[in-house]
Amino acid sequence: MTLIFSFIFFTFYGVLLFFTSCDYQPYKQGRNLYNFYCATCHIDDGTGLKGLYPPLAQSDYLANHQDQLACIIRYGLKDTIIVNGKTYDQAMIPVTALNEVQITNVINYINHSWGNTLPHVKVVEIKEALKDCGKTK
Amino acid sequence: MKKIILRSLLFCCPFLLLFGCGADDKLLPVYGNKDMVDGKPVYHTISDFAFINQDSQLVTNKTFKDKIYIVDVFFTHCPTICPTVKKQMLRIYEKYKEDDRVVLISQTVDPKRDTVGRLKYYADKLEVKTEKWHFVTGDKEQLYDMADEYFLVAKEDASVDGGFDHSGTLILVDQNRLVRANANGLEPEEVDRLMEDIDRLLADNSIKQ
Repeated sequence: MTLIFSFIFFTFYGVLLFFTSCDYQPYKQGRNLYNFYCATCHIDDGTGLKGLYPPLAQSDYLANHQDQLACIIRYGLKDTIIVNGKTYDQAMIPVTALNEVQITNVINYINHSWGNTLPHVKVVEIKEALKDCGKTK
Repeated sequence: MKKIILRSLLFCCPFLLLFGCGADDKLLPVYGNKDMVDGKPVYHTISDFAFINQDSQLVTNKTFKDKIYIVDVFFTHCPTICPTVKKQMLRIYEKYKEDDRVVLISQTVDPKRDTVGRLKYYADKLEVKTEKWHFVTGDKEQLYDMADEYFLVAKEDASVDGGFDHSGTLILVDQNRLVRANANGLEPEEVDRLMEDIDRLLADNSIKQ
């Protein structure tokens, strides 16, 4: 009985430790791709660079343009945009190297990092969104 | 119980020794080759230069008289490391905002596109003051020669993203035009150390307040 109890206890403890440890990162591919393709401008902590590159962490623009994120990543952005009250007018270069799955992973990483608590997106949604690029703008 | 105390004391001893030493008063090294002329050491000294900053002002060695400065090379269209390095330069800018003895200078490696107007746009977007942080352009040859003197890599290379190969290193130059410290501008911890080096250099009383 004690054996079973201690087994259950340690399994529970192990699982808890796994999920709370610093290295636990549910969006691994997203993070790697972000750090490779996006962090050069938006910085690895998502804070951007003053008035040159907008933040993705706690960004109102990110929250309000969820349906356009996939298109922005694939085709870049030329418009002048306002993020958290600040105007950004430098064009964003397209990230053409990413496929639909990778774009999904990047968005999910961004949506759940640096204090962001935005929706979880699915690959099918991203595929649909990419069909409509250019129509909404 | 006594045993435990004794053991933990023994364990801690080396660490106490390690942190106890006053490494702070150690002088910063001088970088580069040292020549001996008439029995006196002659260090690698930064040559005269003349560039134009974001406000169309002439920036020369005189601009940095009695000051120490941090220098890096970059270009405003840089798609790779520059924003990260600039983020670290901003940390230094913020820390020494009120200290006139510390100045920053960013030399472009792309004078063709980085005109005064473009540099002005960049500096304004970074929300920095010209007298504290000069973004300079000028004669291409001289820009590249100066980068060499700071031990920084700067060259045109069509095979890399953006067309220029350049280092992300920050260089600390003292009031006597000597190179005293460097840090990888992509590593926040190295920049922490560089700021400690700046403090150490400032503690040197030869720099006027």
